[in-house]
Amino acid sequence: MPHSLSTQDVTSPGGLLLVLAVLIPFIGVLAGMILGGRGAQRVAFAILAAGLAIAIAIADALVQSGDTVVYILGDWAPPLGVALRADGLAVIMLLAIAVVIGGIGVYARGDFGTPPGVREARAPLMFWLLLLAVWGSLNLVFVSGDLFTLYVALELLTFAGVPLVSLGGQPETLRSALRYLLYALFGSVLYLLGAVLLYGAYGTLDILLLAARVHPEPVTWAAAALMTVGLLAKTALFPLHLWLPPAHAGAPAAASAVLSGLVIKGSWFLAVRLWLDVFAGVVTLPSAQMLAALGAAAILVGNIVALRQARLKLLIAYSTVAQIGYLFLMFPLAAGLAAAQIDSTAAVNGGMLQAISHATAKAAMFMAAGLIYTTLGHDRIADLRGAARALPMTLLAFALGGASLIGLPPSGGFLAKWLLVSAAITTAQWWWVLVMLVGGLLTSAYVFIVVVRAMAPAPEGWTPRARVPHYQQVAVLALALCSFLLGMAAFCPVDVARIGRAVVPEIGWP
Amino acid sequence: MTLALAVDISLTLLVLAVAGWIIAVRDTFAAVIGFVAYGLLLALIWVRLAAPDVALTEAAIGGGLTGALLIGAAGRLRKTEAATRAEYPGVLIRTLAAILAVTVAAALAVGVLALPDPAPTLAPAAVASLATTGVGNPVTAVLLAFRSMDTLLEAIVVLLALLGVWSLAPDRAWGGYPGPRHHADPDGILAYLARFLPPIGIIVGLYIFWIGADLPGGKFQGATILAAMWLLVIEAGLADTPPISRTWLRVLLVIGPLVFIAIGFAGSITAGAVLAYPEGYAKPLIVAIEIALMPTLVLTLALLVAGTPQRMPPQ
Repeated sequence: MPHSLSTQDVTSPGGLLLVLAVLIPFIGVLAGMILGGRGAQRVAFAILAAGLAIAIAIADALVQSGDTVVYILGDWAPPLGVALRADGLAVIMLLAIAVVIGGIGVYARGDFGTPPGVREARAPLMFWLLLLAVWGSLNLVFVSGDLFTLYVALELLTFAGVPLVSLGGQPETLRSALRYLLYALFGSVLYLLGAVLLYGAYGTLDILLLAARVHPEPVTWAAAALMTVGLLAKTALFPLHLWLPPAHAGAPAAASAVLSGLVIKGSWFLAVRLWLDVFAGVVTLPSAQMLAALGAAAILVGNIVALRQARLKLLIAYSTVAQIGYLFLMFPLAAGLAAAQIDSTAAVNGGMLQAISHATAKAAMFMAAGLIYTTLGHDRIADLRGAARALPMTLLAFALGGASLIGLPPSGGFLAKWLLVSAAITTAQWWWVLVMLVGGLLTSAYVFIVVVRAMAPAPEGWTPRARVPHYQQVAVLALALCSFLLGMAAFCPVDVARIGRAVVPEIGWP
Repeated sequence: MTLALAVDISLTLLVLAVAGWIIAVRDTFAAVIGFVAYGLLLALIWVRLAAPDVALTEAAIGGGLTGALLIGAAGRLRKTEAATRAEYPGVLIRTLAAILAVTVAAALAVGVLALPDPAPTLAPAAVASLATTGVGNPVTAVLLAFRSMDTLLEAIVVLLALLGVWSLAPDRAWGGYPGPRHHADPDGILAYLARFLPPIGIIVGLYIFWIGADLPGGKFQGATILAAMWLLVIEAGLADTPPISRTWLRVLLVIGPLVFIAIGFAGSITAGAVLAYPEGYAKPLIVAIEIALMPTLVLTLALLVAGTPQRMPPQ
């Protein structure tokens, strides 16, 4: 067995926190439905605070014990029952998502307040309920140790994510939402088929038990292929990305931030979980190369199409298509390091950092675009002049987020790309370095264009269409700063990502 | 050739033929009817595979509820169906779709044919642990004891789907009545059925729900039948859907998952783990959860079919 994951499988101290991390947001959804209107928003804010505290407590439990945090639900040990497990990777994601959701929540207070004189309005109620539902679903994706529970998590994520697309109520967004729904359901079905095959072949759905039982044979390959393709469709990796730009660009800014920053990370994380923990001894280096090749195509195509966009929100959406590509470069790099008997944590850390820095940067950029739209009344890139004067803080946030996407130091994007590039050089896979360099150049081109246009002085006598609240700008800048300063994670005394994943140099890769 | 084998072969051929017809036929409504028939045939296959729980669910959800949803959708699409013919995918897309479908089917076939015989299964382990749960139906034990987290979250999935439908409402109708107000001839066949069938349907639904603890059946199947009865009364114009702003409706919609979670967390104090049951109390607690889930499921399933709020709420 290539990875010796922690073998203890009893509830560990702090395990109950995992149940809370999953169920508290859903309790918020249920309570919010009863209270309605402003009550739902108040519940959401209480849970934003509680959820962040729970995520921190889980991180503390992980670091204190130095091992995976485990909870055995109902005291029924796997394979009959279901276990929740949070290793280093899961805890990093739990924390990052809690922070981003908090930032989005503060921003959304301005856009999704229930209007005065109304007891309850459609879009605000839906937004707060769906925000909590997305959060609970993502937490479940991160901590679930069972392939079927993970399927339920994907379904929850789909039904929480899709309505966000058409929250604005414009008819054309219905089309994007429906297309997103079809892609997402297609992905779910493929994933479920793969899970069924695995249960049929090995008699368990538990990730730890499966990892010990799977071996390379046709049924495992079929399952791995079905599940991977399903998850790629949900993550919108090129060429399955066609649903993403209209869906992410058409949603209200706060919803775009949720969809682009967070929702796609769920299916990506599950793909990482499968490839690193379940199929580690089954998938081959060429198949990992193929994933990264799709990633490389996404980086090039996404960035070039982003450069050609006339509208800011579509530009940001296509930039997401490109940034998803980076997330898949880690697979052959981790594999290459492992094959060379070198600790593969560097490549995995690069992928995780890329996910987190993109989550923070992209949420900030979409919300910055939302503020620009409110202020100017449009988001045509050619007519952005005056935006910097009206919204200096927001433009700074956009630039900082952009710097993280480009990979300028000390941003999280810089550290992520640096880890990936050094892994590529160590394993003599120089072509990925080339892709990352070209991608960085293209990204800097469109970030530069937007910033320069927005810096241009406003015409004589121009006044903003509307004023945006100060706290919204602060929330956007805070998230952008998180992304920009994430590179400091290199100085973190504990390598949290490794906890519970004592990775030994493996020889399973051909 | 035994009779059983002949039945199996003809069922298989029939399912394949209906599936092919659903794809080939151009008319949406015809395809939907084919889909309902397909669901019922699949239910028969599950019976032949000695999986009556799955058969009941397939008939209720796959054939019945999904069928009702699709018939509603097809009815709404009638007017625009001719216009969308122009957008019918070309030969290239259809060929690609066919290749994709064949590839997936082939991957599945490879997988299924390569499965070990006998396949590894958790069924003996589930049956062996049945006694501690107090219920007699191993499927119920899986759904409400061994893997109760999945069931809890699935109930929330259905609720999220309903929220998704509601989110499509026009803003002015928010809080109002879902679906159109139905009017039917008070002496017509529909009104007659809506008076005659519900008493029987309610008893059958409750029976299927109640025996689920020990025999094939359960809350999802029972809830579907009850929801169908309610919808029949609504369609016949004898009752109206409730406005979605009503507090009692909201409470009943979430009562199932809330009670489930409350009993689940109580387990961490009384039985040492969340979603565990204290010794000797497993069965009553499982039944309590199922009873609480009933109104949630009946209302959610029926309101999914009823559609978006579209008429003004009462002032």
